[in-house]
Amino acid sequence: MTTATVPPAQRRRFHVAPYALLIPAVAILLAALAYPVGWQIVTSLKQYGLAQQFGQPAPFVGLANYLNLFRDSQIWAVVVRSVAFCLVNAVVTVVIGVALAVLMNAVGKACRLILQIGLLLAWAMPVVAAMTVWVWLFQWHIGVVNWLLNHIGFNFTNHNWLEKPLSFYLVATIIVVWMSVPFVSFSVYAGLTQISPEVMEAAQLDGASGWRRFTQITVPMIRPVLMIVLLLQIIWDLRVFTQIRLLQDAGAPLASTDLLGTYIYRVGTGSSDFGMAAAMSVFVLILTMVLSAPYVRSLMKEDAA
Amino acid sequence: MSTALSAAPKANRHIKVGKIIASIAAVALAIVWVFPVYWMVNSSLLPNAVLNSPTPRFLPFGGSLNNFRAVLSGGTFFPALKTSLIVTLTAVVLCLLFAFCAALAISRYKFKGRQGFVLAVLFIQMLPAEGLFIAQYKMMSSVGLLNTAIGLAGLYTAAVVPFTIWMLRGFVAGVPADLEEAAMVDGATRTGAFFRITFPLLAPGLVASGVYAFLQAWNEFTIALVIMQKESSRTLPLWLRGFVQQSNTREVDWGQVMAASSLVALPVIVFFLLVQGRLTSGLVAGAVKG
Repeated sequence: MTTATVPPAQRRRFHVAPYALLIPAVAILLAALAYPVGWQIVTSLKQYGLAQQFGQPAPFVGLANYLNLFRDSQIWAVVVRSVAFCLVNAVVTVVIGVALAVLMNAVGKACRLILQIGLLLAWAMPVVAAMTVWVWLFQWHIGVVNWLLNHIGFNFTNHNWLEKPLSFYLVATIIVVWMSVPFVSFSVYAGLTQISPEVMEAAQLDGASGWRRFTQITVPMIRPVLMIVLLLQIIWDLRVFTQIRLLQDAGAPLASTDLLGTYIYRVGTGSSDFGMAAAMSVFVLILTMVLSAPYVRSLMKEDAA
Repeated sequence: MSTALSAAPKANRHIKVGKIIASIAAVALAIVWVFPVYWMVNSSLLPNAVLNSPTPRFLPFGGSLNNFRAVLSGGTFFPALKTSLIVTLTAVVLCLLFAFCAALAISRYKFKGRQGFVLAVLFIQMLPAEGLFIAQYKMMSSVGLLNTAIGLAGLYTAAVVPFTIWMLRGFVAGVPADLEEAAMVDGATRTGAFFRITFPLLAPGLVASGVYAFLQAWNEFTIALVIMQKESSRTLPLWLRGFVQQSNTREVDWGQVMAASSLVALPVIVFFLLVQGRLTSGLVAGAVKG
């Protein structure tokens, strides 16, 4: 838009300038991101185990690492768990986030402000600090969650939440949803405020129920923002690492609770099979790129505007 | 018509009851969301004798700053703080400098490859650290930058630069080029016009982007975990992790852990509240305005 206002003469005169201005950013991106991606692609085609780390040449093995990856049932289990975890978390986050946004829109100014402050404080928490608090809340012996559940009539005395995979993932889901809902709520709320009250009133006069107004007017009107936040949640939840890793630290069995990120970390740092770790990383990168495409397209539209 | 009129008071009462329920729900949910943050601060003030009892104490009566004192005098906090500060500030300065130049280029010039660059930047910002850290670890170890602040700062700069370019692009585009040209007509040089007119108008954008970059680098955990494996080069998130890590093998000092968490979290929360609005609109810009 602004480029159009620059007179053509000037544009021609300064034609080296934009490239010069891009040099530092491009240089750091090439060095810190593009090079590792390239290294990873090359390494994923090699046999690169312990022997290679101690100086043996790494022979090219073609797609063998990828074939192993697809044959390995343990990796499949990790992939399936990751995708399931990611979808469940993304959907639950968006549903709760939209519900809270609608609630913000429905209540008076004071209540809205209270809700917004509550969400903002949760959103602002650094992830590692948040994790230590959640580990403390779910602590098996003296944690508040067990105390509360005992208090309302269940028996959760000394219940260890992190021991069994399913309850481990339940705790992880609660934490991830708690962290991610504020962003969704604020984004959707911004979308809701764009809907004109007249349309709603007209629908109400025509006798449309609250639920019908929501599904027939609200949802279609905030559809673009809903799609974007759902997509971002899926992308972010697919690569969830910190939360899983820190919950594992607090005493969960590693093998049965690994998701993609933590699994790559373990293969890459523990067993030192860089070839396999690289192949899995490339797999994650491709998956992310594919999922990101619609989001990037919508941002490009914004750039063209 | 007449039936509609007679139904009105009843409907009104209906709406009122609904509104009260909604208000109660809003406040209750606010409490649920804020509780972990509150619990961190509350626990950080209480002595372990209280924390280790089976009945939790919900208000910090009888609390003190002893946990904070113990954490600060433990000797490990300040080295980690120093590492975090060096890494983060280096990353923020580099990131702002690089991103500002790039944002100028893409919003003030039309040039061949511009669209390709924007596309690349947008894709790069989506790349997960989890898909890259093995390669970044190998790269850093081969150039001898493992466990160094400068190495980590470089990786952080690259990770944050794309979104910062995107954010600054909006700000630069918001300052009309006409303003600069008007100053040039009045006899200012191009550089002079830029620094006297455009730059001050961009200050809020630079501050917002800077705070964003700061938060990203300050809170980052994944890359730090891989690159900073030596205990002496830990950043604050890694230092904080050290406390919980051992919770299964020995008795955890929860009072100190919560004090440590508060020390890490409270400054970040303040910073975050300053930029929150711009962050949301930057991430979903096209969708909300659309």
